[in-house]
Amino acid sequence: MKYYGLIDGSDSSLKEFLNKLPGVDAVGADARAAMLATRSIKTTSKRWAIDTAISMVDLTTLEGADTVGKVQALCAKAVRPDPTDLSVPSVGAVCVYNDMVGVARKHLDSIGGAHVPVAAVSTAFPSGRASMKVKIQDTQDAIDAGAGEIDMVIDRGAFLSGNYIEVFNEIVAIKEICGEKAHLKVIFETGELVTYDNVRKASYLAMLAGADFIKTSTGKVAPAATPPVVLVMLEAVRDFYEMAGVRIGVKPAGGIRNTKDAIKQLVLVNETAGPEWLTPSLFRIGASALLNDLLMQRMKMDDGYYASPQYVTID
Amino acid sequence: MTFEYAPAPESRASVTIKPKYGYYIGGKFVAGEKHFPTINPATEEVLSSISLGGKKDVDAAVKAAKKALDLHWSKLSGRERGKYLFRIARILQERAREFAVLESLDNGKPIRESRDVDVPLAAAHFFYHAGWADKLEFAGVGTKAKPHGVVGQIIPWNFPLLMLAWKVAPALATGNTVVLKPAETTPLTALLFAEVCEQAGLPAGVVNIVTGDGSTGALIVNHPGINKIAFTGSTEVGKIIAESVAGTSKSVTLELGGKAANLVFEDAAIDESVEGIVNGIFFNQGHVCCAGSRLIIQESISDEFIKKLQKRMEKIRVGDPLDKNTDLGAINSRAQLEKIKELSLAGDAEGAERWSPQCSLPDKGFWFAPTIFTGVTQSHRIAREEIFGPVLSVLTFRTPQEGIDKANNTPFGLSAGVWSEKGSKTLWAAQKLKAGVIWTNTFNKFDPTSPFGGYKESGWGREGGRHGLTAYLKGVTHE
Repeated sequence: MKYYGLIDGSDSSLKEFLNKLPGVDAVGADARAAMLATRSIKTTSKRWAIDTAISMVDLTTLEGADTVGKVQALCAKAVRPDPTDLSVPSVGAVCVYNDMVGVARKHLDSIGGAHVPVAAVSTAFPSGRASMKVKIQDTQDAIDAGAGEIDMVIDRGAFLSGNYIEVFNEIVAIKEICGEKAHLKVIFETGELVTYDNVRKASYLAMLAGADFIKTSTGKVAPAATPPVVLVMLEAVRDFYEMAGVRIGVKPAGGIRNTKDAIKQLVLVNETAGPEWLTPSLFRIGASALLNDLLMQRMKMDDGYYASPQYVTID
Repeated sequence: MTFEYAPAPESRASVTIKPKYGYYIGGKFVAGEKHFPTINPATEEVLSSISLGGKKDVDAAVKAAKKALDLHWSKLSGRERGKYLFRIARILQERAREFAVLESLDNGKPIRESRDVDVPLAAAHFFYHAGWADKLEFAGVGTKAKPHGVVGQIIPWNFPLLMLAWKVAPALATGNTVVLKPAETTPLTALLFAEVCEQAGLPAGVVNIVTGDGSTGALIVNHPGINKIAFTGSTEVGKIIAESVAGTSKSVTLELGGKAANLVFEDAAIDESVEGIVNGIFFNQGHVCCAGSRLIIQESISDEFIKKLQKRMEKIRVGDPLDKNTDLGAINSRAQLEKIKELSLAGDAEGAERWSPQCSLPDKGFWFAPTIFTGVTQSHRIAREEIFGPVLSVLTFRTPQEGIDKANNTPFGLSAGVWSEKGSKTLWAAQKLKAGVIWTNTFNKFDPTSPFGGYKESGWGREGGRHGLTAYLKGVTHE
């Protein structure tokens, strides 16, 4: 059923739906996230969490200075994060700019990484400021080049001016391009939406429009994936499952730099959306530096001491 | 595989428990004659042997307190008294881990709470009152206000160290000396506090600690050398104390029971309200006089809300109080567990519907699963009597006024919670609710700067804040 039968796709039905959502009490949301951050994850559970987090990393490079060589190096790392220990799982995906998708896909396939998808940031990432024509072409190019996942940004200007239907229609249009070929992740840039009420509204808006994943940030704006923002998004996917019977994924991105932060995210998932979401098909972490810290902590758990950073490969 | 949290126990290494304890009287640790055991309610392990204070011991403590008052404490300036309080506060912070572990061992509460709530708040009370010690003339109490003299303080088992701090800090700041009796089942942190007094160099006899049971408490209440009684505990005992001191010159403050309403309106922030309800009733196993033990919810959202509440309750981690991931610890004593069971059975018998999440409880020790009763009406016992355990009674209302009426329809009036995103409604409700403390969109928040206390059978007087100070002074001419 279109839009899960929850709205009819008109401006008024979307507005009515979004305006009926309960508010978020910011103090309460912060307190809940802070409480969950006190969970103490040790020994066997820490080891499980590290491997799970590695398998959820969207290993990312989104720089103006990206080159073929840089992207190929990243792909190699994505497939075998620790070349000396093949029990380390591959990461969730490689995330690059549109023009590097072909390079990444080809290289992954040539090094035994056919199972690692390429995610392309799309729709005039990171600002989202371009015509719809350009955004559609941007997405089409990425899919043609072999992107299995599209990380689109929403038009925050339209959202903040209350023009929800425009944001909605853009997502619907991009979803149509993705079709069956690519998973669609919708980036809110929560640092620009600012309030938790907006984060909740954006979450439902994107899910209704057909997002497979909702994603916090581009990584270009701070604050990004703060625990309370992720909490609010996890509540949204949990409750949306009750309404629509479909599990939508969540991807925090930006600011998750070490193992502790990553484990806090997994605790949030476990105790908010539930253990069903603890899989790379429903939870990803957009990051670059994080992977090396996860590898260092993994080595430490095996060896009992911290190795020199030179034992972990640079990106 | 699912995300199982491996055990993460806090180490017991920071605490040393002696096999036997006496009293702390006149700056000395003195031996008692009769003893009784104190146990770890999570395992029933005997932790130590505690002295049962009799007449001779209470006499000695009152005498020591009077001597310290006359010879030393009353001659000190406020600034000098404040220094001792600051010192005690800092020592509590330095020894925070030791106090937290000991509190969890003796009381059964989760280390997350003793570490993050009880001990930091206890230190905060000493810091706050240290600041008042040299500023009493600016507290709005007039120029003739004076300390009562020797204060008898009887504290409960639910927040042993924190209740000690609530009592001792204002008493010392205002220039009184103290005879304190910790609860029968949780004396250990008070006895460790005696060490803190020593460490702080507090003059001998300013704080005296006599352990014991109800009979020891009665000796303190009825002692002619006591000028003021401060009691926190059950309404039942509070009434006995009020009768005992009637006709004497003793002042009394009583902080007693409660049956707080958490009023959830249909326009509340639902997820955070669920959190608040959980915190309101399951914090400290529901052993909280101001616990939000009645959820009074607008009927239009009650089904959806209860479903969410149950889902959230499935995440509550019940078990070893010393595990850092435990949310709900042990019930403090067998007697309390029996009381909770008895009232819950009454709930069943009266036709309310009981629900608890699946959770495995340890074989040894005293445990009760987090529980809610739906379909509760005003005429059920579980809507009227204080259960003092992890048991929530859910009632519904149709209009805001009906919600207020149900919330106020209780002999108690200690606290209440209001949940709505509409500011005008929360202010309206707060005006109508008859309770000493009203929280809006939060619950169980405590701060030494804020007065705390109840209406009706919930008690007399206030503790904390500027208002709490006046209870420890006589001759207050204006507030």
